[in-house]
Amino acid sequence: MTLSRRQFLTGAGAGAATAACLVSAPAQAISREPKQMPEGALGMLFDSTLCIGCQACVSACRAANGVELGAVPAPLADWNAANTWAVADDLDGVTLNVIKVYRNGDASVKDRETNGFAFIKRNCLHCVDASCVSVCPVSAMIKDPVTGIVTHDASACLGCRYCSYGCPFGVPQFDLNNTFGQINKCEMCAHLQAQGGIPACCDVCPTGASLFGPVALLQAEAEARLAAEPGSLHQFPRGDIRADRPLHEAPIPIYQKHVYGETEVGGTQVRYLSAVPFEKLGLPQLGPDAPVRFVEGLQHKLYNYLLAPALALFGLAWAVRRNKPGIDAQDQARHGKEN
Amino acid sequence: MSGHPERLRGVSLFTPFSMVLGLLVLIAGVFLLKRFVYGLGDVSNLSPGYPWGLWVTWDLIIGSSLGCGGFAMAMLIYVFNKGHYHPLMRPALVSSLFGYVLAGSAAVIDMGRWWQFYNLLLPWHWNFSSVMLETGLCVSAYTMLLFVENSPMVLERFGLEKWRQRIASVMWLIISIGILLPFMHQSSLGSILLVVGHKLSPLYLTPWLPLLFVSSVLAMGYALVVFEATVVTRSFRLASEHHMLSRLSTVIGWILAAWLLLRWADLLWRDALGDALVMTPLAASFWFENALALFAAIAFLSPAARRDEVWTFLAAVALLLFAIVYRFNAYLVAYTPAVDGYQYFPSVQEILVTLGMIAFEILAYVVVIKLFPVLHSPVRQAAHA
Repeated sequence: MTLSRRQFLTGAGAGAATAACLVSAPAQAISREPKQMPEGALGMLFDSTLCIGCQACVSACRAANGVELGAVPAPLADWNAANTWAVADDLDGVTLNVIKVYRNGDASVKDRETNGFAFIKRNCLHCVDASCVSVCPVSAMIKDPVTGIVTHDASACLGCRYCSYGCPFGVPQFDLNNTFGQINKCEMCAHLQAQGGIPACCDVCPTGASLFGPVALLQAEAEARLAAEPGSLHQFPRGDIRADRPLHEAPIPIYQKHVYGETEVGGTQVRYLSAVPFEKLGLPQLGPDAPVRFVEGLQHKLYNYLLAPALALFGLAWAVRRNKPGIDAQDQARHGKEN
Repeated sequence: MSGHPERLRGVSLFTPFSMVLGLLVLIAGVFLLKRFVYGLGDVSNLSPGYPWGLWVTWDLIIGSSLGCGGFAMAMLIYVFNKGHYHPLMRPALVSSLFGYVLAGSAAVIDMGRWWQFYNLLLPWHWNFSSVMLETGLCVSAYTMLLFVENSPMVLERFGLEKWRQRIASVMWLIISIGILLPFMHQSSLGSILLVVGHKLSPLYLTPWLPLLFVSSVLAMGYALVVFEATVVTRSFRLASEHHMLSRLSTVIGWILAAWLLLRWADLLWRDALGDALVMTPLAASFWFENALALFAAIAFLSPAARRDEVWTFLAAVALLLFAIVYRFNAYLVAYTPAVDGYQYFPSVQEILVTLGMIAFEILAYVVVIKLFPVLHSPVRQAAHA
């Protein structure tokens, strides 16, 4: 990942980050109340420093969700006949999970910003106040009231792709290369959870970099890691934070002192720890306000019970009814004069 | 002075111009077929980074805004009681109908799961938080209303006097709803962008987006009437309507001046000019957009330019271009995907589909003014009679 246009512009543009949040006082007054995360919210903690880039999670995700990638181009075809190593560049219409790498300079040391590298897992963050849920005209994006997991109902979806356009993280994607495509996104393996399982990516992660569980526990674990002395040994849970799988013992790295997702856009249920700045991993600096708060507040003020439009119609109808006879008469007069 | 609307007579439908338009429509039809057989990705350059492209921006957003002549004129004539503009009403309504029918068709063409479009109309699916729901329902309702608003000319043509009178008796209500609805969905087309947040440049992301969209579309509506009246009267050598257009220019000029004032006050207030002061395509497009608006505002407000038919026409073209560029910028150029590495420029096939749809719109407009009583001044100028 190189320096993006936005990072460049945000650096150059005065106050771009604050301007982007619509934080002015009147805007705050219009905004609706922030949404709260359900108590039993489930999520993931991705610790970039634990990720070794093996991509077992990517492979397991494909298997669990029945994703078939197109064959690898010719030069690699023989070597990769089973398509085991087919990897998408990023999330797309069929790919729900990818591991991406940040590289800088000679990329010699893991988790170092300069001349280093780091891994990031990309999948849906399951926002507390999700834009995709708010913008969908036909309620095809559903946030579970108990687990807070955002799932998608293709049988309702129109394919307008507003969820794609509006998502702060570029997550929901429409399968463009299919006659009857649909939106696809990580649903935290809701189908496996229904059978008592956990998301495939967390299930196979050998180091505990992808960890599944209740968001409250994950957040506590993340805070404990941040509070621990760098270099001290820590027992990292694997799979499900509640399960008693063998722990992964490793020294605590020097973290960025922030749990990404705790506050961003009103909070997300997938949270991140990293040793390199989060922007380097493609996780943008975002304010604490969900963008949908202002839009929803405005829409509901304008269209509540259709009161404002009804009043406007009343005024318009009064004016039109008063003026129309005169206008028609003028017209008749003009018409008569010529014929 | 113009008389009662009549249909345009004595002009053949089969001119070389209409043949070229017909060819463009056919070409678009081929690629549309491809789109429906192989999917959106087969003909378009849409990508995970750019889920919306030319079809949403041009055909839908700009297409519907180019259909706002009818609503703008109706407001001026019936709400502000300016009956002397009435001869411009019918042609404006016809172009509105085409603008909206095509925006509606574009919505279906661009809709990934078009075969489920009816879900939008089923109340148990509705999400009242969604700006897209308001837009979709409101645009659908207005498109249907435009058919009713345009029905008198068809009923006149076929002498269905009883039906014409029935509709005439409730026309005041139809006109009123026809003014209200575009206010709602055209402002929503601005609200749609509010949710995009950090992906949209601060140059365009402002709480004033709904107002900026709806007020610019009002100015576009009037400019469109100037544009169409000039083109139609010139190309069919009809009597000039410049005396009316010149008076309309003042209205457009003031709306545009107020728009620029709001836009720049907001930009300076939010200290959001950063992206305009660097060498990027966005900055260039932003200044181009503002230069067009400034030119149009000055031309519309200067008495000398207003008296001149060519200047008035140029100002209208500048205004339309400005509003088009503003929408392209807001929806595409100022939009940065959440993930690096994506570029978007429409594919040739995407562009050909759009061209075909524009060609269809022009062709249909020409056919209708020849078949039905739309134009108010089918009096040929003496020199060409």
